[in-house]
Formats: sequence, structure tokens, C-alpha cells
Amino acid sequence: MSDHGPHKPDVKMYLFVFGALMVLTVVTVLVSWLHLPIHAAVAVGLMIATVKASLVAAFFMHLKGERKIIYGLLGMTVFFMIILFVLPLRDFHDLAPRTQHIAVGAEQP
Amino acid sequence: MSTLAPAVSYESDTGVTNAKLGIWLFLASEVMLFATLFTSYLVLRMGALSWPRGWEVLNVPLAMCNTFILITSSVTIVMAYAAVVERDKPKFKKFMLVTIGLSFGFLILKGIEYRAHFMHNEFPSTSIFNAIYFTTTGLHGLHVIGGIIVNSALLYLSDSQWDHPLFVGRVEGAGLYWHFVDIVWIFLFPALYLL
Repeated sequence: MSDHGPHKPDVKMYLFVFGALMVLTVVTVLVSWLHLPIHAAVAVGLMIATVKASLVAAFFMHLKGERKIIYGLLGMTVFFMIILFVLPLRDFHDLAPRTQHIAVGAEQP
Repeated sequence: MSTLAPAVSYESDTGVTNAKLGIWLFLASEVMLFATLFTSYLVLRMGALSWPRGWEVLNVPLAMCNTFILITSSVTIVMAYAAVVERDKPKFKKFMLVTIGLSFGFLILKGIEYRAHFMHNEFPSTSIFNAIYFTTTGLHGLHVIGGIIVNSALLYLSDSQWDHPLFVGRVEGAGLYWHFVDIVWIFLFPALYLL
């Protein structure tokens, strides 16, 4: 990044990333044809999606070589996003057995 | 096309323009919005007694085409940004026009997909899966429409504001937003269609 100026465009890199994103999209669909068990499918799908999103963020959004304040802002966003994921899932994990018990009980005469 | 974009004032304490900091803060709030929906999706899916696999009930080839369209539009908008930095107006207009065209292409394919669902009496109220499918893709579609409006405005204003010192930053901001819309779809596609 040039200091205090717009990011210097790198057209060759854009086209390379474009090719990588296309290939990874095809890979995502091909993997889904394997009909993996749900946990493995989620892990693989999430991994490929994360790689694709990282490529877009690093090169198209020029995060590679961005100012520290933007990294700090994104770090805070990721931190709160993780809380947003973890708290409801933890809550669900604790409550699910009880609610299932109630649901089963309700079905009995 | 020989000189670079005109200089703008950067805040000395942050090193970025206020506009750029603003667009990143906006995107941070957007991350939280979509993260909430993804969390809802996870909780609803884990709590459901049965949940259809995406490929059984949704049109995967159409969604894959839409993924290719959005990725291509991400490249064309970054090329438009490169053109505005290099002060090449015809190139900027060409790439921005292609980006807008691709965005409409995305919406048309999405419309075809929605129409097929409605023809089969599948609405958001039909099932929990449909509720989360229409909510997430609908909200994403609204963001695509927002991107079309912003990109069209920049294309229209490029003649009168080409030499404005803030024009490069505006194109960069629009690009950042559009790439975010692309990233959301990168996660929505496997989550809804392939799992």
C-alpha cells in the first residue's frame, strides 16, 4: 500500500484471485456431490468458504496492507461476532435436552 | 491516462479518510446483522426434528451460476476501482456498467428461483427451512439492489465528478460494500444449498 494514498491496483493479482475463486466454487459443489455426513460436510464447506472470503477480503478489499485502525476495527467485529455465535449456541445446548423432554411429555396422553 | 488520482486529506490520527473508516464501521454492523441470521439458522436447524438437505429442495445449478456471477462482478468492480485510480474514465465506465449488468443478472436468476418456489406453493410460512431461506436470501437480494443503486449513481456522476478529490474514495467505498455482498453469498451458498 502506498502511504496515505489509494491502494495501488494489481490487475494480475485480481485475475489470479478470480481464477482461484472460480475453482474453489466448483470444488465446493463437487464436494457436495460426495454426500458426506453432515459434520464433515459442514467442516469442508465452511473451510472452503472461509478461504474464498479471505481471498476476497485480502486482495479485492485490499485488507492485505491496510492501516492498523481497520485491522483493530475488524478484530473487534470478529470478537463480538464470535460472542453472537457462541452465546445462543451455548444456551441452545443447555436448553435443548429440557425442551425435548417437555415436548416428549406433551405428546404422551 | 497517465497521472494517478488526486490526493485527498487523510486523518493524521487514523491514517485513513473518515469516509473509509465510516464504510468499514458500516460493514462491521452488517457483519453483525448477517451473523445474527446465521446464528438463527444454526439454532433452528439443530433444534428441528427434520431438516431437508439443500440440494434436495433448492436449485443448485442456478445458485452456482449466481455464485459465478457475483465473483465475476467482484472482479469487475475492483477493475473499475483500478481504472479510477489510473484516471482512465472509459475503462471505469465499462467495468462499472458490466458490474451493474451482472448484478441484474444475479437478481433475474434469483427471481426465476423464487418464482419456481411460489409456483410450488412454497412460501416463507410453509416451513422453518423456507422461512430462513427466504429471509437470508431476501435480505441479501436487498443488499444487491442497494449496490446497484450506488454503483449506478457513481456511473452517472462519473462525468461531472471525475476530478472531484473524493471520487476515488467513493468508488473504493462502493467496491468494499460490493465485496462484502459477495462474501455473504460465499457463505450463504454452501450453508443453504449444499449442506
